Amino acid sequence: MTSTPTVLDDVTRTESSLRQFLHGLPGVDQVGAEARAAGLGTRSIKTSAKAYALDLAIRMVDLTTLEGQDTPGKVRALAAKAMRPDPADPTCPAAAAVCVYPDMVATAKETLGSSGVSAVKVAAVATAFPSGRAALDIKLADTRDAVEAGADEIDMVIDRGAFLAGHYQQVYDEIVAVKAACARSNGEDAHLKVIFETGELQTYDNVRRVSWLAMMAGAHFIKTSTGKVQPAATLPVTLIMLEAVRDFRELTGQMVGVKPAGGIRTAKDAIKYLVMVNEVAGQDWLDPDWFRFGASTLLNDLLMQRTKMTTGRYSGPDYFTLD
Amino acid sequence: MTDNRKPPADVFRYAPAPESRSIVDIKPSYGLFIGGEFVDGHGKSFKTISPSTEEVLAEVAEADDADVDAAVKAARRAYDRVWSKLPGRERAKYLYRIARIIQERSRELAVLESIDNGKPIKESRDVDIPIVAAHFFYYAGWADKLAYAMPQSAGRGTDPQPLGVAGQIIPWNFPLLMLAWKIAPALACGNTVVLKPAETTPLTALLFAEICQQADLPPGVVNIITGAGGTGQALVGHPGIDKVAFTGSTDVGKAIARTVAGTDKKVTLELGGKAANIVFDDAPLDQAVEGIVTGIFFNQGHVCCAGSRLLVQESIADELLAKLKRRMSTLRVGDPLDKNTDIGAINSAEQLARIRELSDIGEAEGAGRWSPECELPQHGFWFPPTLFTDVTQAHRIAREEIFGPVLSVLTFRTPAEAVEKANNTPYGLSAGVWTEKGSRILKIANQLRAGVVWANTFNKFDPTSPFGGYQESGYGREGGRHGLEAYLK
Repeated sequence: MTSTPTVLDDVTRTESSLRQFLHGLPGVDQVGAEARAAGLGTRSIKTSAKAYALDLAIRMVDLTTLEGQDTPGKVRALAAKAMRPDPADPTCPAAAAVCVYPDMVATAKETLGSSGVSAVKVAAVATAFPSGRAALDIKLADTRDAVEAGADEIDMVIDRGAFLAGHYQQVYDEIVAVKAACARSNGEDAHLKVIFETGELQTYDNVRRVSWLAMMAGAHFIKTSTGKVQPAATLPVTLIMLEAVRDFRELTGQMVGVKPAGGIRTAKDAIKYLVMVNEVAGQDWLDPDWFRFGASTLLNDLLMQRTKMTTGRYSGPDYFTLD
Repeated sequence: MTDNRKPPADVFRYAPAPESRSIVDIKPSYGLFIGGEFVDGHGKSFKTISPSTEEVLAEVAEADDADVDAAVKAARRAYDRVWSKLPGRERAKYLYRIARIIQERSRELAVLESIDNGKPIKESRDVDIPIVAAHFFYYAGWADKLAYAMPQSAGRGTDPQPLGVAGQIIPWNFPLLMLAWKIAPALACGNTVVLKPAETTPLTALLFAEICQQADLPPGVVNIITGAGGTGQALVGHPGIDKVAFTGSTDVGKAIARTVAGTDKKVTLELGGKAANIVFDDAPLDQAVEGIVTGIFFNQGHVCCAGSRLLVQESIADELLAKLKRRMSTLRVGDPLDKNTDIGAINSAEQLARIRELSDIGEAEGAGRWSPECELPQHGFWFPPTLFTDVTQAHRIAREEIFGPVLSVLTFRTPAEAVEKANNTPYGLSAGVWTEKGSRILKIANQLRAGVVWANTFNKFDPTSPFGGYQESGYGREGGRHGLEAYLK
């Protein structure tokens, strides 16, 4: 099965047609894009709207630990937190997923699986995360390793060097190859998120181009950052990506998800993102299947705000669990 | 991954987020601010209402000829005895003080402006009031540097002098901002003023009068007289003023020009417009859509420099219009005090009637009318954001200023045709150009007959930038160093 929608078949046929298409996308005016993002950030989300947004944001969190010091114990704790973010409140929804390195997938799966009906997914970063500097077969082996260990989702990184050098076909082919490596014989393929590391691509024109490139190559999700490079997710970058998925659906009928990751720490920030999703891509994307937050500290701020909404009081951090 | 999912069960509805009215204290009635005090007028009084609810806000005095005369005399006294004798650095201190008080009382001013005018609080809070303060700060800085303000070649020497008493008449679309545009440069240059705010929006000017008292501005330097057209005529025709500054409609501007013809009063007029917002096929489309929306729906389209004619290159017209309509569907029309409102109330019943009349004419002339679905409040004056497609230069809605949230969409084929159509208007206040090609921006901007040309943006204002028109959009410049020339000799 080919991933590229048929209307775009001609585009991805050759290096030059691909380049022509990507460079023919409307440009992004930096000042205008940043002004639009800032404008959306002034929406005032209160009472019932805030309660809705907080629960939705919790359900969209990919709770992440991507450290050299990660251990099975740490990952088990994280998985428990994802399943029961607020043990004191059974109405609190679970997070969307935990996001770990491939070697931790089995541990995460085990913890999540043992709780029975948990819908929390396991996402694994792969393809020589975070730099992506390895040979293709190593990246593919890395991916297959995570898939075999049971990962539901693969967060791959693109080859930013190849993209910046203008080797779009290479980047495209690599995404297609990684997607193939996400396949399982039982048909339950791992979903593919494609990380751009927008902090390294820098321009909004690049963000728009790489978004289209990844969507044409079959990405289920497009994701801003690894969290290892500053700046990570920003509102304007996410704006450009939301415009891209919106326009892609207009053209092909296919929906692609968006995941800003890194740097989103407060409930207030998360709500700004949700307002942007609502007004730019539309309400169809207001669902964990189509929008995620890659974050670790965000979850507790969401929980604090949620508790404040129900009790009318702020509780100290001691009342919320670590991890 | 295909698009066949059911929509989420619940949707993200923004709960009401009203800004509190409790910060403003509207008195039941207001007098005239003459000679540093509020005095009763000799004429009748009139009511000012909230256009979003039609609620009566206050009774306001209508200045008659005797009141106008008293105000001009107070301004003359203050000019002769105090203000013209103060060194620039001392005048600057008062302007800085006023600017700081405006910042301190910005929330109060913003809420009052939104109540009296109908504009969304996010605009009065984030645009109007901050620029008002910026204007006073900016001209405060000029007050002791006037020797550098005038071009030497104009034969004015290096010691420019104030004109005397300025009679200033401002419109209802940006009540306090237009006040700032008028008063800040006049005072910085050493003039005293008599200012008449618009009949439908007098309240922030009257609050500004209180701010003048709070700043200990010498009595008579600023006089605020409220009233309608008759008060304005009396002011313009008063022999005791040296300068008329007017912002408003082209018809009234012409009448003013006739009145002062043959006198030695100096005049600046900032009048109507029918600006072209030109979008080329290589434009940054998503930002162009934002610019179009800002251009025509900002302040309900009650903007003299509004981008009311969209000229879009025919090859991208369908794509751009689809994007524009989708964007218009997200505009939130309603309570001006709700922080999430994008489009507030039309300022008056009279203006609403005018917008309706011209829109009906557009339809009758065969243009395609479209508005997003939106629920309008039951009371007050409201008009949905509207666009007309298939408009040509032969349509009245392409020629006449509607001064409301109504966009006329025209197409063009080549840059030359775009310029020709853009300039084919008796007005010439502003224009917009959207293209990623820098060389095209420079070339087209030079060919457009408009006082302000925005490139890849629209409706951006800054005190350092001069603003004014060509032809029937008026003469003289406000803002920037150029704005000083209108108040110096």
